[in-house]
Amino acid sequence: MASNTSSSSTKPSLDTVWQWLADVPDPEIPVISVIDLGIVRELEWDDATLVVTVTPTYTGCPATRVINDDIRTHLTACGIDSIRFERRLSPAWTTDWLTEEGRDKLKEYGIAPPSKTPSTLANGFITVAAAVSCPRCQSFNTEMVSQFGSTPCKSSYRCLDCLEPFDYFKCI
Amino acid sequence: MNALHAANPALTIDGALFELLTHLGDNSLILGQRLSAWCGHGPALEEDIALANVALDLIGQTQLWLELAGDVEGQGRSADALAYHRDAFDFRNAHLVEQPNGDFGQTLMRQFLFDAWHLPLLLALTKSPDNRIADIAEKISKEVRYHLERSSDLVIRLGDGSEESHRRMQRALDALMPHAYELLQITDGDALLISEGVIGDITSVTAQWEEQVNSVLALATLSRPNSPAAPGGGRRGRHTEHLGYLLADLQFLQRAYPDATW
Ligand SMILES: [Zn+2]
Repeated sequence: MASNTSSSSTKPSLDTVWQWLADVPDPEIPVISVIDLGIVRELEWDDATLVVTVTPTYTGCPATRVINDDIRTHLTACGIDSIRFERRLSPAWTTDWLTEEGRDKLKEYGIAPPSKTPSTLANGFITVAAAVSCPRCQSFNTEMVSQFGSTPCKSSYRCLDCLEPFDYFKCI
Repeated sequence: MNALHAANPALTIDGALFELLTHLGDNSLILGQRLSAWCGHGPALEEDIALANVALDLIGQTQLWLELAGDVEGQGRSADALAYHRDAFDFRNAHLVEQPNGDFGQTLMRQFLFDAWHLPLLLALTKSPDNRIADIAEKISKEVRYHLERSSDLVIRLGDGSEESHRRMQRALDALMPHAYELLQITDGDALLISEGVIGDITSVTAQWEEQVNSVLALATLSRPNSPAAPGGGRRGRHTEHLGYLLADLQFLQRAYPDATW
């Protein structure tokens, strides 16, 4: 843990707080941090209160509240006594905000990171999904099993070469 | 803020906006509640998970719309208060979403007819001059795009599937299509909100819905019935007999133990 925890009179710099937050894991995919996810949009001091602006991933994601609680618990342990959360909807969270480091960690963990090529509109609103590479054998010979997976942010895929089923962090 | 509307002198901007926001929130809430009844009963594990995920998205969206509705109303009602402490006549959802689940095909057809309206409506609302509405619409349109992709794909696969799946999808379409038209109605309140520059122009939604529905039904080899629109009335608080039973389930805990929390 960082050593420069505050006495009540000194506030840690925002850079320090950003670094602390890199140690707060996503509750559902603990290999990546809330910083890797790109959901912490802004930090600001309002007098002695730290204002943390968070953007939700999915509106119904049950992890959203847990994430705020985890951030509070961690920052409290780092010595920040007063924290306020603000929710920012716009611009809406996009998987483009995942850090490069976060994408690498996902892949290593066995979750295919979101494609950077957006899916294309084919027929009206029906879209053709972008190619997804198997996180185990890298093959692009994969197929979607279901648009939805074990958490709101993932789809279920299967690799047609190594036959491994895997999660795809879907692109929004 | 109290501009009068010629056609209905009782209509105010805030009144019309509250009604529209409860319509949006209640559609999501009631459909989310219906879908959540599938949890553990889906025909395949992936479908079970998908239905629960869509339900979760819809309940999350409800939270945003009803929270804003409570702010606009200005009487201190939270999203929970609006969801749990109103009776059927105060709900503003369309009849389509309160229709029973039926079989998997009927659930999917209901979802498709709804999603095909929901996505273009939200995209139109992203252009609302009122940022509170535009921000929510931008956020949730990303989720609803996935819903429409999935429901369109499955309607095509099941419609153009086996003889049995085709028969069931056609039966679902025949039963549900009359209820879908209610979603396309533009109320006096909507017209006021458009003309006063509160929300984006949603009058093009009908044409987009028609295009998506017709192209998917053609690929699904299903015939669109010629039946007229059902009477509707959800936005005036008139509902089918199904809503009361649904609310009895949804609101039981809060009625038995008011303001109970986890
Ligand atoms: Zn593979």
